[in-house]
Amino acid sequence: MDQASIKLIMTGLTVAVGGFMPALAIGLLTSKALEAIGRNPEAAGDIRTSMILGVAFAEAIAIYALVAGLIIKFV
Amino acid sequence: MLNISLAAEKIGSIFGFPITNSLLATWFVMAVLIVFSLAATRKISLVPSGIQSFAELIVGGLHDFFASVAGQYVDKFFPLIATLFLFIITANWMGLLPGFSTIGFYHGSEFTPLLRGATSDLNTTIALALIAVIGIQFFGFSIVGPHYGKKFLNFKDPISFFLGILELVSEVSRIISFAFRLFGNIFAGEVLLAVIAFLMPFLVPLPFLTLELFVGFIQALVFSMLTAVFANVAVSHE
Repeated sequence: MDQASIKLIMTGLTVAVGGFMPALAIGLLTSKALEAIGRNPEAAGDIRTSMILGVAFAEAIAIYALVAGLIIKFV
Repeated sequence: MLNISLAAEKIGSIFGFPITNSLLATWFVMAVLIVFSLAATRKISLVPSGIQSFAELIVGGLHDFFASVAGQYVDKFFPLIATLFLFIITANWMGLLPGFSTIGFYHGSEFTPLLRGATSDLNTTIALALIAVIGIQFFGFSIVGPHYGKKFLNFKDPISFFLGILELVSEVSRIISFAFRLFGNIFAGEVLLAVIAFLMPFLVPLPFLTLELFVGFIQALVFSMLTAVFANVAVSHE
C-alpha cells in the first residue's frame, strides 16, 4: 500500500472513529440535562447554560479529530 | 475546481511582513466594529434612539447573560468577554458573505482568494486564545494578588507541587483547546460550504448557510462563556 492510499483511508477513518465518543458524550449530557429540567423546570436556564458548556467541551474532542484528519489530507 | 488550503494564502507584503487574506478580513471586521461603535456613540443621550438603542440592546443583553455565568466580578471581566464575543461573532458571520473565498486572482492555474473568514485561520484563533488565557491570568493576579502564583508553584510538599504543575499544564492545554475548537468549527464549515456549492450551487447551500450562521453564533458564545467561567474559577481560588 502506497502512501497516497494510506492517507486517503486514514483521513476518513480518523474522522469516523474520532466521532464515536463525542457523539455518545453529547447524547448522555443532553439526556441528563433534559431529565434535570423535567425534575426542576425552574432551574431550566442554569441547566441549559451548563449543558451548552459541557457540549462545547465534548464537541471540541470531535473537532480535534476533524483537524487531525484535515492535516492528514491537506499537509 | 475546489481550492481548499489549511493555511491562509499570502496576498501581499508590507515592509517584508506578509499580508494574508484572513488578515485583510480581520481588518474589515475591525472596521465594521469600530464604525458601528462610533455611529452608536455619536450623540449619546440618556434616552436612546436608533443605533444607540440597538447597541444598548446588545451590550445590555450580553451583560445580563454573563452576570449569571461570571459570578461577582462580572464588571471587571466584561470588557474582555464582550469584546471576544463581538469580534468572534462578527468575524464568523462576515466569513459567510458572498465574495469571501470566491473572489480572487489566478497565478497560472492556482487560485488565491482575496478574502477568507478571519477565524478560519489558525493564527487568528491562537491569538484570540492567547489573549483569553493571558487575560485570565491577569485577572487572577489583579484580583487575588501575588498569592495567585501559589496555585501553580506550590512548594509546601511534593503532592502540592505536582498538582501545581498539573494546573500549569491544564492552563496551556486550554490555549490549544480554545484555538482548535474555534478554528476547527469555522474551517470545517468553510470546507463544507465549498463542497456543497461545488456540487449543487442552487438552493441546496441554503440550509448549510443557516447551519453555519448558527455554528458561528454558538462558537462565539462558547468561547466567551468559557473565558468567563475559567476567569471565575481562577479568582475564586483562595
